[in-house]
Amino acid sequence: MKKLLTPLLLLLAAALVCAGLALGQHAQVLAKAARVCLECIGVG
Amino acid sequence: MGKRVRGWIQFAALLIQNANFRGFFTGKLYQGGGKTVCVPGLNCYSCPGALGACPVGAMQSFLSARPVKLPYYVMGLLLFFGALLGRAVCGFLCPFGFIQELLHKLPFPRRKVRAFRGDRPLRYLKYAVLLVMVIALPLALAGTPAFCKYLCPAGTLEGGLPLVLLNRAGLKLPVGLLFAWKLLVLLAVLALSAVIFRPFCKYLCPLGALYGLANRAALYRMRPQMHRCTGCGACARACPMQVDPARTPNSAECIRCGLCVEACPTHALRLGVRGEAPAPGPKPADAE
Ligand code: SF4
Ligand code: SF4
Repeated sequence: MKKLLTPLLLLLAAALVCAGLALGQHAQVLAKAARVCLECIGVG
Repeated sequence: MGKRVRGWIQFAALLIQNANFRGFFTGKLYQGGGKTVCVPGLNCYSCPGALGACPVGAMQSFLSARPVKLPYYVMGLLLFFGALLGRAVCGFLCPFGFIQELLHKLPFPRRKVRAFRGDRPLRYLKYAVLLVMVIALPLALAGTPAFCKYLCPAGTLEGGLPLVLLNRAGLKLPVGLLFAWKLLVLLAVLALSAVIFRPFCKYLCPLGALYGLANRAALYRMRPQMHRCTGCGACARACPMQVDPARTPNSAECIRCGLCVEACPTHALRLGVRGEAPAPGPKPADAE
């Protein structure tokens, strides 16, 4: 069972990434990351 | 793997993740496809050099959006990095971890602090930071990435300072109370790093908390061969994260730096991939 843990987690990770891609979440990540985030830099 | 090799890997990781060098002169952020992908460590996406997205910032932007969106994509990437590497991400790939480590190498102050009263309970703080600042507050308060806004020193160092110095971001009065607070947090973390090994990683980092939880399940792990262990304690004394790898080889605090592996006189410790056959190595009697 222990041996299966890592492959299972990797499978789950792949499923989550695919779900996110299908929902276009990668584009939302880009939209956030491409603009200066005022909160991150401490002025917003 | 030697200390030097790890240092070079950390340096290369810092450079590669921040290779938009032009941005440091123009103050313009990279806007290409690389930013659809989250990097494994803490590296602010508002850094003019950043080529990828910060996973902690991206996670909060989904949770603080209205309607709330579950960040499947970011969670999947974090789970992927965690299941493969666990906290080896911290030991090898995270730029902010590397910066703290460099500061710890400074010759002053001469006396470095290894353990102190309160060190152990403080280690749990990072789990609270993860739950409260990265998850609960952004969920509760729309448009508030609380960790980025109130705590993250990487954002101030890599994004805030260069952009404010370059006078970008279209800000008339960038230096307000919030900026002063974040600068204070940054200075405290940097100053403490000279005294304590990676204080932000040990006590505050939400990514360190996540990857620490993944250490037990990760593919890359500590593989002790206890029949070789003489119980001398050399590994625990060598560990900058105050782990005793002979007793807790997959501790959530272990960043897989390998110093204990080098310190063990009987070659009882080894870092490698789960399921791999143990290396032959010299027998305890052959070792010095
Ligand atoms: S604990 Fe956080 S800041 Fe430290 S190395 Fe890991 S991801 Fe980076
Ligand atoms: S237990 Fe070993 S590999 Fe882990 S942090 Fe300590 S010295 Fe580094």
